[in-house]
Amino acid sequence: MPIQYYIFLSLALFSIGVMGTMMRRNAIIIFMCIELMLNAVNLLMVAFSNYWENSNAQIFVFFIMVVAAAEVAVGLAIITLVYRKVNSVDINILNRLKN
Amino acid sequence: MNPHQLVFWILSVIAIGGALGVILSRNPVASVLFLIVTFFAVSGHYILLNAQFLAIVNIIVYAGAIMVLFLYVIMLMNLNGDVEPQKSKLLQFAGIISGGILFLVLLAAFKTTQLSTTPINASTSIGLISELGQVLFTRFVFPFEISSILFLSAMVGAVVIGKKD
Repeated sequence: MPIQYYIFLSLALFSIGVMGTMMRRNAIIIFMCIELMLNAVNLLMVAFSNYWENSNAQIFVFFIMVVAAAEVAVGLAIITLVYRKVNSVDINILNRLKN
Repeated sequence: MNPHQLVFWILSVIAIGGALGVILSRNPVASVLFLIVTFFAVSGHYILLNAQFLAIVNIIVYAGAIMVLFLYVIMLMNLNGDVEPQKSKLLQFAGIISGGILFLVLLAAFKTTQLSTTPINASTSIGLISELGQVLFTRFVFPFEISSILFLSAMVGAVVIGKKD
């Protein structure tokens, strides 16, 4: 397939992730939409690595996966902590975090 | 239409359908399962691009580890009913419109790029684990070691935050 198809596919996945981030109120779903956006970027990087016959981009994808795993571990711990305090994962409740 | 294109279209439809399922389903557990479907479709794309190492890592790390973590947290919080409060219709509509506008703008920007339209090479060997290992342990060995420190600190942070006080 030409590279343009991969560009359009990952644009669609990224935009769906952005839409989900803005539409939903559940913090866990928002986290999952961020994962979706990361995956769209990964797909684009692998396609371009194949296009330029250069393996650096695939190493970057590997590091993105590492950072995503670390981010999810800490983020879910924070969400669990917030759930224990206020008994909800609704992001509209989290804006009272200050006091 | 050769088999390669057929598989590409099938995987693309599955990926986009799964992504839409993530943001549209009311039940968080269903969202997680749809996201796993999307990850498997993306892994299929990696195999089509002959990035075999990343395809396997994607399945093991994302579909195996991260999504199980999500599933555990959702089940721990007992969120699997459809009691989740929804944003108002106006805000949901605004989200869809702005996401769609982002998609259109990026599409228009990328439509005029001067990339060659020759099909990308599906038999290149750069995605194989031997090639990637060579690069990872020579040129990128320092970031690789740094990422292990990142993992260690993330693990300590998760334990400290998640521990009962």
